Amino acid sequence: MAVIDLANPTRFLTLVNRVLPWLAALTAIVFAYGLYRVAGAPDDYQQGATVKIMFLHVPAAWLAMMGWGLMTVAAFGTLVWRHPLADVAGKAAAPIGAAFTFICLVTGSLWGRPTWGTYWVWDARLTSVLVLFLLYLGMLALYWTAEDPNRSSRAAAILALVGAINIPIIKFSVDWWNTLHQPASIIRMAGAAIDPSILWPLLTMALAFTLLFFTLHLAAMRNEILRRRVRSMRMMQAREVAA
Amino acid sequence: MNLGPHVSFIVAAYSVTAVVVAALIGWIVSDYAAQRRVLGELDASGVRRRSRQTNEDTAKGAS
Repeated sequence: MAVIDLANPTRFLTLVNRVLPWLAALTAIVFAYGLYRVAGAPDDYQQGATVKIMFLHVPAAWLAMMGWGLMTVAAFGTLVWRHPLADVAGKAAAPIGAAFTFICLVTGSLWGRPTWGTYWVWDARLTSVLVLFLLYLGMLALYWTAEDPNRSSRAAAILALVGAINIPIIKFSVDWWNTLHQPASIIRMAGAAIDPSILWPLLTMALAFTLLFFTLHLAAMRNEILRRRVRSMRMMQAREVAA
Repeated sequence: MNLGPHVSFIVAAYSVTAVVVAALIGWIVSDYAAQRRVLGELDASGVRRRSRQTNEDTAKGAS
């Protein structure tokens, strides 16, 4: 099957139905191993056991940004390449990305209270992630209130492209501004600054969450394709009744 | 496993994450079931998708 064949919704559904159970099983296995590694990870010399919140917070943050990045690529697919499944991919990613952004904000606050002494500060990193969450909510409102998916797809694609400017702002906020949030300690030019005993459980959990994202995304795309089929069949039924 | 003096924050973080992920999975699974059910009802009422109608017409023409 060539990649172009996946543009056909029926062929895409066939592939998804074959792949999804295996992807879900792999996700569960990696999560089980990741949580085992998290349980055995040592305490941080400064944070103590609250470092275990990082195993949720950091992957959630990465996926929150990756979700919007996926929506940005989908936006190009909608506006430039007119790929039939581009808007489906974008719409399916929005609630999942919003959920991970919410997890990032909440776990970050729960980590901040014992570590910084506060649940929230209006520094560049936290504020820009909050902006990302609000952008996600705006995207969901756009998708879920539009009756015709064809009308909302263009507006959603433009919002995704405009909101994409926030992603590098989030990433480099800790470098550009004086923030309470610590600078990058994993993805940096000088390499990771985290001890392997904490880094490897973190990367395992990041892999688990990434697999979860794509499992849910494919399932949500499947739902959206079926939803659009229901809509077109109902329109056909209404036309038949009217005739 | 000793989670130290801030155990409630750690437990809260994992609980919130579990609830959000479970809600996401539950929503997607129930949405799939709902779409399948409606598609089944529409199929049973005799409504055919254009592409399916075309395939059926082609098959009839070939036979």
